[in-house]
Amino acid sequence: MIVEIGAFCLILSLILSAAQVGLSVIGRIRRSAVFYGAGEGAAGAAFLMVMIAFAALMYAFVTSDFSVANVAANSHSAKPMLYKIAGVWGSHEGSMLLWCLALTGFGAIVALMARGLPAAMKAVVVASQGSLGVLFLAYTVFASNPFVRLLQPPVEGRSLNPLLQDPALAFHPPFLYGGYVGFSIVFSFAVAALVEGRVDAAWARWVRPWSLAAWSLLTVGITLGAFWAYYELGWGGWWFWDPVENASFMPWLIGTALLHSAVVTEKRGALPGWTVFLALGAFTFSMLGAFLVRSGVLTSVHAFAVDPKRGILLLTILGIAAGTGFGLFAWRAPKLAPGGLFAPISREGALVINNLVLSAATVTVLLGTLYPLIKEALTGQSLSVGTPYFNLTFAPLMGLAFLVLPVGPLLSWKRGDGLGALQRLWAAAGVAVAIALTVLWVQKPTHVAAAVGMGLGVWLIVGVFVEIAERIHLGRASPAEVRRRLGGLPRGAWGMSLAHAGLGVFALGACFETAWKIEAAQALSLNQSITVGAYQVQLSDVVAANGANYIAERGLVTVTKNGKPVCDAKPERRFYPANSQTTSEVALCLEGLDDVYLVMGERRAGTEGQPAWLVRAYWNPLARLIFLGPLLMALGGAVSLSDRRLRFAAPRRAAEAGAVAVPAE
Amino acid sequence: MKRIGLLGWLLVAVLSMGAAADPSERLADPVLEARAKALFPQIRCMVCQNESIDDSQADLAADLRKIVREEVAAGRSDTEVRTYLVQRYGEYVMLKPAFSLTNGALWVTPFAIVFLGLIGFFLRKSGSPDQAQEAALTPEEQALLTKLQASEAE
Repeated sequence: MIVEIGAFCLILSLILSAAQVGLSVIGRIRRSAVFYGAGEGAAGAAFLMVMIAFAALMYAFVTSDFSVANVAANSHSAKPMLYKIAGVWGSHEGSMLLWCLALTGFGAIVALMARGLPAAMKAVVVASQGSLGVLFLAYTVFASNPFVRLLQPPVEGRSLNPLLQDPALAFHPPFLYGGYVGFSIVFSFAVAALVEGRVDAAWARWVRPWSLAAWSLLTVGITLGAFWAYYELGWGGWWFWDPVENASFMPWLIGTALLHSAVVTEKRGALPGWTVFLALGAFTFSMLGAFLVRSGVLTSVHAFAVDPKRGILLLTILGIAAGTGFGLFAWRAPKLAPGGLFAPISREGALVINNLVLSAATVTVLLGTLYPLIKEALTGQSLSVGTPYFNLTFAPLMGLAFLVLPVGPLLSWKRGDGLGALQRLWAAAGVAVAIALTVLWVQKPTHVAAAVGMGLGVWLIVGVFVEIAERIHLGRASPAEVRRRLGGLPRGAWGMSLAHAGLGVFALGACFETAWKIEAAQALSLNQSITVGAYQVQLSDVVAANGANYIAERGLVTVTKNGKPVCDAKPERRFYPANSQTTSEVALCLEGLDDVYLVMGERRAGTEGQPAWLVRAYWNPLARLIFLGPLLMALGGAVSLSDRRLRFAAPRRAAEAGAVAVPAE
Repeated sequence: MKRIGLLGWLLVAVLSMGAAADPSERLADPVLEARAKALFPQIRCMVCQNESIDDSQADLAADLRKIVREEVAAGRSDTEVRTYLVQRYGEYVMLKPAFSLTNGALWVTPFAIVFLGLIGFFLRKSGSPDQAQEAALTPEEQALLTKLQASEAE
């Protein structure tokens, strides 16, 4: 019964979304407050209905109702509760429902809570968001309905893939989808700007909190995914340039570019067309990702169960939404008033270079992902584009961006003093070069690229401190004045500093870990040991450790360094009978910022008839920085979002107070 | 987006536990072994979803590792090993696409965008009349500016 209510509410939400579009459009044409209100009400109601549908599906999962096809395919009565709940979005159908929940949810927030927006523009935003809702809800209802019942329910479900039964992955999709779909609002704002023919500082100010929020969520989502890959797959890697990873990375790159160009549009009124273009692009790449992951056009380590028919439908949705958006852009963008002029060496100029590099990086990832398809279609030859390609293209582009990054915030708007900025950064440059040379000299074997990468990471971090010191006039003003200025820094500035420093932290970790990690593997009998880096890893015992839905062998591993105990680790090798699948549960010993990473392998015949287990150990130096960096970036986004100037109602207040209220940087 | 369908994983998951480190496969000579190991990440396990033979435990990956090790042990250079693999299995086996004419777009585009973009940006700007437009401030504007700066400093 509850499942049927869910199915019913899902259909209702589709109808309400259609009503949301119709009412808002009529309202916009007639400039009628009644219709505006009705459209907004429909948006709220559509969200409510999807919420009920989502709760109904969750109920089916929690109660293990195997008469629902989706539950039977993805759940199991013996599964822990957390993963029963996470199973809701662990499948294709459920994840599309989550997508719709986010889409209607964000639409409802704008419709019901954004009160300061000009009524006409708001109506277009609501209508656009409703149209996206119609597309995706129709797809969910007709092609990917999670509430389909089975005529003959099985006694037991097929269970969720054990690799997905993991806390990091349970929370990964909600963040990721929050990010993907958060860009839908930005898309709708772009559509509204084009329809209304108006892109100004107020518009940019409306777009920024949404792009910040979506970007931060996406950052957390991708980081959780990378961390999951790091410790769940048991390869010691965290990013594989896999098509599915690339699919999530492209909207992130465009979103990052958008954040920066929106600043230019907000503060200087420049680049309005470009900012609108990126606003359309971010959600387009989100939809492209949804298509790539679900259509099966690309081979990936982690694709959904694929269905070409659904792929074509998703491609159609992508075509309709992006086609409309960019068609509108081609038609209306030339009419947008060109923004303020600026010299090449200026804050705007630095942000343009940022955007240029990020766009090129996005194209690189897109090309690397799709080139095998294109080439095969054109020439019939198949080729692979893997990590080595991205190391040679994407990495240098990022290096260029990193090089320019600390200079940008030190330049003034309109026309900057490039030489002056560089002079103020001499300390950062000195430290960075010193670090790079030290790393190059001390660490063997020598990796030039990694040393350069670390130097750039330090350049970013020290650059952030230089920038803050400049802002608070450290060393130039009295201590009291410095304190006053420090307290007066807007949260947006702190957010930017955190995000930039986080990027530097990430670069440090990623370069160091990739270049200098050490790996060892051996079949160990009890009380034998292997050496990895400075650590001795001894297999003390192997015990049975069975969980609710798996059986496992757990190794008791003692890690020591120079005879001193470091930690006792318990890597496991699990077998999930419901899926007849084996997974490894990696044990991580945190040593400062390094990881000693232990994987329990299969049982083998050892020497002298003793059983032995293949134990693999990695020393991953500075590995934790790889995940800490992006989290700092997301935190920067959140801090920036909490800036009073960016609150959802802020533009109105600013507008009421008049143009003078624009705070100085 | 590391979300996984059953199909992909049923194939991969059991097989995917960092096989290259398996001690039973290693070459005795550490120098040759290091060279072979450096080659593994560049070579695709062709029956796997998207893994190098360094990562995969599939039988084919083990076979390929064996071939690479044999070739390295037989004194072939890295390039010779790569050429041999490409001749035998096609371009698909290399995770790094060749620098060839048909792959030109792949290799050149990223840098072309930045290069042309930068040229366009600087040319456009230097040709723009922003100098001319920025006339000196009128006395009234200067007064307003001073006032604003004073009020901001408070």
